[in-house]
Amino acid sequence: MSRRRAELLVAVLLLGVAACAVMFIVVYAQSWAHLTQYLALCLGGALALLGAALILAGEKLFPAEEEAVEEDYPPTEHPMEQYEANQLLAETAERFTRKRLLAGAATAAGAALGAALVVPAASLGPLLDTKSFYYSPWRRDRRLVNEDGRPLRAEEIEEGTFYTAYPEGAYRDELAAPLVVVRLDPEELEMPAGREGWTPRGIVAYSKICTHAGCAIALYRDPKFAAAEPGPALVCPCHYSTFDPARGAEVTFGPAGRPLPQLPLLVDSKGDLRAAGQLSGPVGPAFWGVRTRRPSA
Amino acid sequence: MIRRALRFLDQRSGAAPALRKTLHYAFPDHWSFLLGEVALYAFIVLVVTGVYLTLFFEPSTAKDTYEGSYAPLQGIEASKAYISVLNISFDVKAGLLIRQTHHWAADVFVAAIVLHLIRVFFTGAYRKPRELTYVIGVLMLFTALLEGYLGYSLVDDLLSGMGLAIGYAVGLSIPFVGANLMLAIFGRPFPGAPELWSRMYIAHVLILPLLIGGLLTAHLALVASRRHTQFRRKRVPSEVKLVGLPAFPAQAPRSLGLLAAVAAALVLLGGLVQINPIWLWGPYHVSQGTNGAQPDWYLGWLIGALRLVPHFDVVVWNRTLVPNPFWGGILFPTVVLVALLAWPWLEQRATGDRRFHNALDRPRDAPLRTAIGAGFLTWVVMVFMAGASDRMLVWLGISYMSQIWFYRVAVWIVPFVAGFIAWRICLGLKAMEEVEAERARAEADPEIAL
Repeated sequence: MSRRRAELLVAVLLLGVAACAVMFIVVYAQSWAHLTQYLALCLGGALALLGAALILAGEKLFPAEEEAVEEDYPPTEHPMEQYEANQLLAETAERFTRKRLLAGAATAAGAALGAALVVPAASLGPLLDTKSFYYSPWRRDRRLVNEDGRPLRAEEIEEGTFYTAYPEGAYRDELAAPLVVVRLDPEELEMPAGREGWTPRGIVAYSKICTHAGCAIALYRDPKFAAAEPGPALVCPCHYSTFDPARGAEVTFGPAGRPLPQLPLLVDSKGDLRAAGQLSGPVGPAFWGVRTRRPSA
Repeated sequence: MIRRALRFLDQRSGAAPALRKTLHYAFPDHWSFLLGEVALYAFIVLVVTGVYLTLFFEPSTAKDTYEGSYAPLQGIEASKAYISVLNISFDVKAGLLIRQTHHWAADVFVAAIVLHLIRVFFTGAYRKPRELTYVIGVLMLFTALLEGYLGYSLVDDLLSGMGLAIGYAVGLSIPFVGANLMLAIFGRPFPGAPELWSRMYIAHVLILPLLIGGLLTAHLALVASRRHTQFRRKRVPSEVKLVGLPAFPAQAPRSLGLLAAVAAALVLLGGLVQINPIWLWGPYHVSQGTNGAQPDWYLGWLIGALRLVPHFDVVVWNRTLVPNPFWGGILFPTVVLVALLAWPWLEQRATGDRRFHNALDRPRDAPLRTAIGAGFLTWVVMVFMAGASDRMLVWLGISYMSQIWFYRVAVWIVPFVAGFIAWRICLGLKAMEEVEAERARAEADPEIAL
């Protein structure tokens, strides 16, 4: 391609850029459906043509084989300047007579001032109040309600599906609030010792928050697991921690390190589900020193 | 006109010598050198689109009712953060284009840095005197990961809340200080105090971008002062003579053309290829989750590591000491980071090579380095693929549990196999070159050619 033709082509491309950019402004003034797509085509088109014009100009008007230059790499170091700077520092140090005292005092000043400047960061949060991790709204006799705030009745809990329950009258968007409730055949239940009577009519309730990374347990006995892991399973969709609801939510697969905390249930005289006590352990992801079970349990 | 402007500026800034040097600065001409430039240009697009988004985004968890034009969500109650992003997507003209371009640019930014790192590693570009340039680049990569994570956490949609919960759990798992650290950052146990949003926002729009910008400036300043590396050329002493295109006029149109091309690609992706449709996920509540949740690609290696660890907590006397997410979420990325940072000095120690290097190796020139790099890369990629096991289950129907068991074993075997194969290929290529050189010499020798 001759130089003149290349320049002509670059000019044509640049005019294309102008046309696309004007179109962008015109489209912006409209209120079409798919406005986003048209805007992208205009602006993206303008930028693409600009890129093409510039790269064409580079390659055709300033070809690499003609323009390439050779030059020396810079010197690897500057011994003279290094020497002079070092001399200056050494000589300055020489001028102090009580070097160790001053160095000690400067270190103390630096450390203390540094600490003073960092300390206000403690206002960020209740650093030492790890008790707040153990908070739970679940108490004996608190009713289980569904998303609409209606009490869950024992008779409406069916096998083969799961229900999300919240503590009646409590704030819901905290880790300890949501429960997953399922009904199993009472014959199949193999609850850990000490949890007799926690599962009226085969209904079990566990914290809905995975003990691995704090996501909500949103899958119940996903059929894809059926072949490998028969029996019902509660599964977290984040890292596929799998819990066996028939055996105290023991972990059967995936990374979770401990079972889901269980809530003992009772059915009141009206047939509503209520907590028969507190959750069996702290809810959600673990931290250094967290108790794995409730102290009294 | 230009002469008068130059004179005016030089008399006031004394910048003419620096300008002359800049215009003559030579860039070696090889396609693989573009990867770092692509990252730089994606960062520019991120800043421009990001500033636009801040004009509309409200970093607040205060509840409000959505009354925008997306009918399926009208009337729902959600945080102002989520609602303002819905408004950016549906009611701010060009808002969706800018938002999606921003998201795509983040994905491309990290991808370009990773590819650039791979190029730098396998050609030995990090060797003396460029170890600091390399270290700064690695730190920039990890800062970019955190920046991206904060970016999609801010939106307060279902996926961002799930990601935030996982980040919280990973932070909690740090021995000794995890709980205190998370209380400081979140202000109270998950989902945190309202201040969390102010904190994430200032980190995402100011602190981390400044950090990336500072590292970027230092990175480029070091490149400029030690100059670029280059591949060896015949008949040029490549360690001392740099061959390249001067910044002006030859390099400038090529490089600006690349900027325009990168911006074009990102705008077209942003307008034509949907990414993170938060109106489909809905607002976050701690009691909700969704199946098939996947983070942005650059966190895939971490989700893979979290999924691969077998189920155990380190428990002593009814107290958990090291919670499970520590291994995949903290230890694994720390090992990768430290290995990357230490590599230039490990290599110097192992080979005893403390010379200055301006000419690049081809991967075959250093078979052992290539083998170790291939093995390490395979290790991380295998963990990444384990993070996609649930997608493989959906696409190919291979049982999730079988895949996880496969990866639990394979991540410790396949990297060695890959390293060995890479090493043999390098040796083979070198041997082939020697044979060809021998033949060329023989053919050039008139006595044998007869």
